[in-house]
Amino acid sequence: MPQIELAGEMFDVDEDGFIQDPDRWNEEVAKSLAAGEGISEVTDEHWKVINYLRDYYLKFGIAPMVRRLCKETGCNLKRIYELFPSGPAKGACKLAGLPKPTGCV
Amino acid sequence: MLGVLELSYREKIGHWKHGGIVGVFGYGGGVIGRYSDVPEKFPDIAHFHTLRINMPASWFYTTEALRGLCDIWERHGSGLTNMHGSTGDIIFLGTSTPELEPTFAELTNMGFDLGGSGSVLRTPSCCVGPARCEWACYDTLKLTYDITMHYQDELHRPMFPYKFKFKMAGCPNDCVASIARADLSIIGTWRDKIQINHDAVREYAKKGKDIQSDVINNCPSKCMKWDGKTLHIEDSECNHCMHCINVMPKALRPGKDRGACLLIGAKAPIMEGALLSSVLVPFIKMEPPYTELYELVDKIWELWGEEGKNRERVGEYIQRIGLGNFLEMIEVEPIPEMVAHPRENPYIFFEEYFEDDDEEGTDE
Repeated sequence: MPQIELAGEMFDVDEDGFIQDPDRWNEEVAKSLAAGEGISEVTDEHWKVINYLRDYYLKFGIAPMVRRLCKETGCNLKRIYELFPSGPAKGACKLAGLPKPTGCV
Repeated sequence: MLGVLELSYREKIGHWKHGGIVGVFGYGGGVIGRYSDVPEKFPDIAHFHTLRINMPASWFYTTEALRGLCDIWERHGSGLTNMHGSTGDIIFLGTSTPELEPTFAELTNMGFDLGGSGSVLRTPSCCVGPARCEWACYDTLKLTYDITMHYQDELHRPMFPYKFKFKMAGCPNDCVASIARADLSIIGTWRDKIQINHDAVREYAKKGKDIQSDVINNCPSKCMKWDGKTLHIEDSECNHCMHCINVMPKALRPGKDRGACLLIGAKAPIMEGALLSSVLVPFIKMEPPYTELYELVDKIWELWGEEGKNRERVGEYIQRIGLGNFLEMIEVEPIPEMVAHPRENPYIFFEEYFEDDDEEGTDE
């Protein structure tokens, strides 16, 4: 399994750069993942989305549907892509330390 | 690639890892990530991602376009393609993550865009239509292009509960199999009389076509007559199956008042069993700017998008909530054409209406 250094520590990641142990996530990890997803600075608006995803995942064990994410954070899909250019799944979920989305993608 | 296939043939097992999330900035789909599970053995295909490229309607190309695509893929990918994927896209088969953005940049410079993947509107596709078929009841190519452009956002950025597909067929022969492979199947039809060229019918008879047994007896609604000289069609009984037109293309044509039938809900077996699309709108005119169609589609997406469960196709959603409820919420009147047969069980729901002075009915 590949490893990368994030915020001074080594992390197991898969080929797509999703961290394998969601419990080891912290804000510094999110910040160091940001550049790879085309994000120069993690703003409060980014944190709102990341924290929502994280809370939802910890509560329900899955990522929320996109519509729900938009509704609850008040960011429409266009705004989400402005914040996370690679989108809610590849961008936001990765930064939030959630497992890789699966299915017929 | 051949090495790993050889290994798979010997071991009778696939050698691709589960899943893979890659893409290009700005889009949530279009690329299907794939990684080998034996990368040490076959390092050249450790990454082997697929790009879906939106094809031109009906797959008409100039050699210039194809040569351009080949040049791009030769520079950035494996050189293998699938012409075409079942949904219709041009498939670029196999490249690595760092090549994705450069490939995408060159494609867009050439005027090509990615197709759809994931929980999005997938790439719409259509039959050859009026470009080369005398039976096309509307311009399938124009509508396909129009839908593709109208719904670019829905195509590139997943926001549905699950995938959604459009397919456009010019007539009920359904040469894109829309009724089986599209959540919304748009099938050309007409509502006036089949056009008959009586001289051409007699010509078929003279040349040895047994019109009675090959045409009249095969008509599913038994609405045709042939007295040896003149063909008669009782158009009010015709169900537009296309058989007589298919058998005598020089003599019979679809009517002049043309449009399409909208059918909804087809899907493969997972989760609740395979479905064919069923009638939603028996006849609708299909002319730009397609306002009526888009308004209906928007209502369906609004409802299913809001209430559909995660990974629930629209066909399954309709089965779950019931066709009656679905129609009410998208503001379409129920009509007999929507069912093959009325229900045979008596478990019928009624809405409760309480009058203001009906004290028994309320708990207040």
